[in-house]
Amino acid sequence: MSIIKGSAWAYGANIDTDALAPIGSYSGADNIEAGAVHCLRDMDPGFAKGVKEGDIFVATDNLGIGSSREAAPLFLRTLGIRCVVAKSFARIFYRNCFNIGLPALVCPNAAEIAKGDTLAIDTSTGEIVDETQGTTFRCQPIPDHLMSIVDEGGLMPYLEKKLAKSA
Amino acid sequence: MAQTLAEKIIANAAGLDSVAPGEIVTCQVDLAMMHDSAGPRMAGRKLDELGVPVWDLDKLVVITDHYINDDNPEHNGVQKHAYDWVMSHGIKNFIKEQGICHIVLPEGGHVKPGMFIVGGDSHSVTGGAFGTIMVGIGATEMTGVLATGEIWVRVPETVKVDITGNLKPGVSAKDVILKLCGDHGIMGFNYQALEYGGEAVSAMSVEERMTLANMAAELGAKAGYCEPDEKTEAVLTKWGATGIDIQTWRSDPDASYAKTVTVSGDALSPQVAAPSSPENAAPVEAHQGTKLDQAYLGACTGAKLDDLRMAAQVLKGRKVQSGFKFMISPSSLSMQEEARADGTLQILEDAGGVILPMGCSGCIGIGPARLEENAVGISSTNRNFVGRAGPKSSKLFLASPYTVAASAIKGAIADPREFL
Ligand code: SF4
Repeated sequence: MSIIKGSAWAYGANIDTDALAPIGSYSGADNIEAGAVHCLRDMDPGFAKGVKEGDIFVATDNLGIGSSREAAPLFLRTLGIRCVVAKSFARIFYRNCFNIGLPALVCPNAAEIAKGDTLAIDTSTGEIVDETQGTTFRCQPIPDHLMSIVDEGGLMPYLEKKLAKSA
Repeated sequence: MAQTLAEKIIANAAGLDSVAPGEIVTCQVDLAMMHDSAGPRMAGRKLDELGVPVWDLDKLVVITDHYINDDNPEHNGVQKHAYDWVMSHGIKNFIKEQGICHIVLPEGGHVKPGMFIVGGDSHSVTGGAFGTIMVGIGATEMTGVLATGEIWVRVPETVKVDITGNLKPGVSAKDVILKLCGDHGIMGFNYQALEYGGEAVSAMSVEERMTLANMAAELGAKAGYCEPDEKTEAVLTKWGATGIDIQTWRSDPDASYAKTVTVSGDALSPQVAAPSSPENAAPVEAHQGTKLDQAYLGACTGAKLDDLRMAAQVLKGRKVQSGFKFMISPSSLSMQEEARADGTLQILEDAGGVILPMGCSGCIGIGPARLEENAVGISSTNRNFVGRAGPKSSKLFLASPYTVAASAIKGAIADPREFL
C-alpha cells in the first residue's frame, strides 16, 4: 500500500455539509469542478485557494454532519485532498468518502495535528507520521471490507470489477 | 437471542437469524427511494456508466421534490433529466411533484413495518416512524444499491429513548426532539439506532412520530424508529399499504439496549434552537421577545397535516403582526388538500399567512422563503446551519409549529401556551 504524503489542513469540530458544499454552489454531477471553489467559503476562504494536490484534511469531532450530499467529500477530493482524518465522522459522510475513493481515518489524536504539518499516512496500517512534530499517531485501521473499496479507488471501480466478474 | 427491532430487521434483510451490534453484514434492501437532487442526475447517471439495469423495478421509488416549483433554468434542467431518466429506464414508481419524499413515500403505500429501506437523503430516517429501518445514503452508494440491491451495514447499537408521561398543551414531538438535541448534542447518537417509546409516544399521532424519526438525523443516528401499533396500521392502510404486520416487528421484551435516555413529557416546555445548530435548544423563555423578520412552516419535519393544524390552533381568530412575513409550504399535496378541505389553510390565510407551493424550497433556501441578508427567521424545519436557508449573514431559529405560529403573531419569539 502506498503512503499518502502531504500538508495538513487542520480544523475543529462539527464541520457540516452546508459548509463543505454550500447549496447553490453546484448542480449535479457536471459542476463539481466549478463548485469546489466554494468549499468552506464561509469558514475559511483561504482553503479552496490554498489547497494543493496531495494535501490532507484534518478535523476533530463529527466531520461531515448534515446532509447526504456527496459533493461534500467530492469537493475535497477535487481540490486535491487525498485523505481525510478526523476524531469522529458523521456516518453518511464517512461512507461517501470511501465510495468516491477518498480514504477516511478515525484518529483519536486528530486535534494534535496542526495546520501545515507534513503528514505521511499509511492507510493500510492506519499510522500517521507527523514529520513536522516528529510524532506518530495511530488511527483505527480501516475495516477490511472498506479496504477493498479503497484499493480499487472507490465504489464505482469496485462495482465495475464485481459486475464484470459475475457477468 | 432476544433482539431489538433494529436488529431483527437487519438480521432479516441479511438472511440471518440474529445479528449483534458491531457486526458487518450485507443486507438485501426491501425498498430504495431517491429524489431529484441525488437520484437520476447522480446515482442514475452512474448506473448508466456501469451499464447495468436497475436491480428490481418493483423496489425503487423515484420522487421529485427538491428543485421544483421555481423558474430557475438549472432546476428545470434537473427536472427534465429526472423525467427522461425515469421514462428511459422503465421506472414503475415515479412520484412527480406530489410533496416531499419522506412524506409521499409512505403516502404512496410503499412503506410497511419490518422493511429495510435505503433513501438517498439524510432525513430518510423518517421512515422509521412506521416500524422500519430506513437509512440515508449518498449517491454513489445508491448506485451500488441500484446495480445490486445490496448494501453493507454495520449493525448499530440500539438506544432506548423513553418519553414518559403526557405532553402538555402547546408541546409537541418537535419539542421532544429539540430537547434531545439540546441534551445530547447534534452527534449524540452517532452510528446508533434510536428506539422511541414510552407513554407519550404511544399517545402521539403517527405524523408526530414522523417528526421524532425525521430528526434522528440531527442526533447523528443511523436510524430512529417507533414500534408499530394499531395507529401505524390504520394510517398505512389508509395510504394503501397491504400485508402490514404489527405483531412480528417489535423489540423482544428482554432485548438489550446500549443505554436508555429519558425525556419527561410532563415537564417538557416548548423548545427553541438558536442559530446555527439544532443542539442550541433551550426552553422558549430563553429567547422570548427576540425580534424576527419571518416565520416559516415547512419541510418534511414541520408542515404535515398535524403541524398545520397545530399552527391553526394558535392562529384561529388571530392575525400575524402587520407586515410580518409568514409563509407555509405544506409537506405534501394531499396533506395540503386535506388542510384545505377541513378549513385549516383558511385559518392560516385569514391570519395573514401565505401558502407557498409544497416542496423542500424554504428548507434549503430556495424560493420566497429564502432568508435575506441579515434577516432573522423562525422555522419548523430541521436544520439551521449557517448558509442553509439563506446567506451567511442570516439567522434561523428552529421551533415547533405551535411556537412558529405564536411568534408570527408577535413578530418576535413567543410562547405558544399564551394562545392556547
Ligand atoms: S424538506 Fe428539507 S430536510 Fe426535508 S427532504 Fe427537503 S431539503 Fe431535506
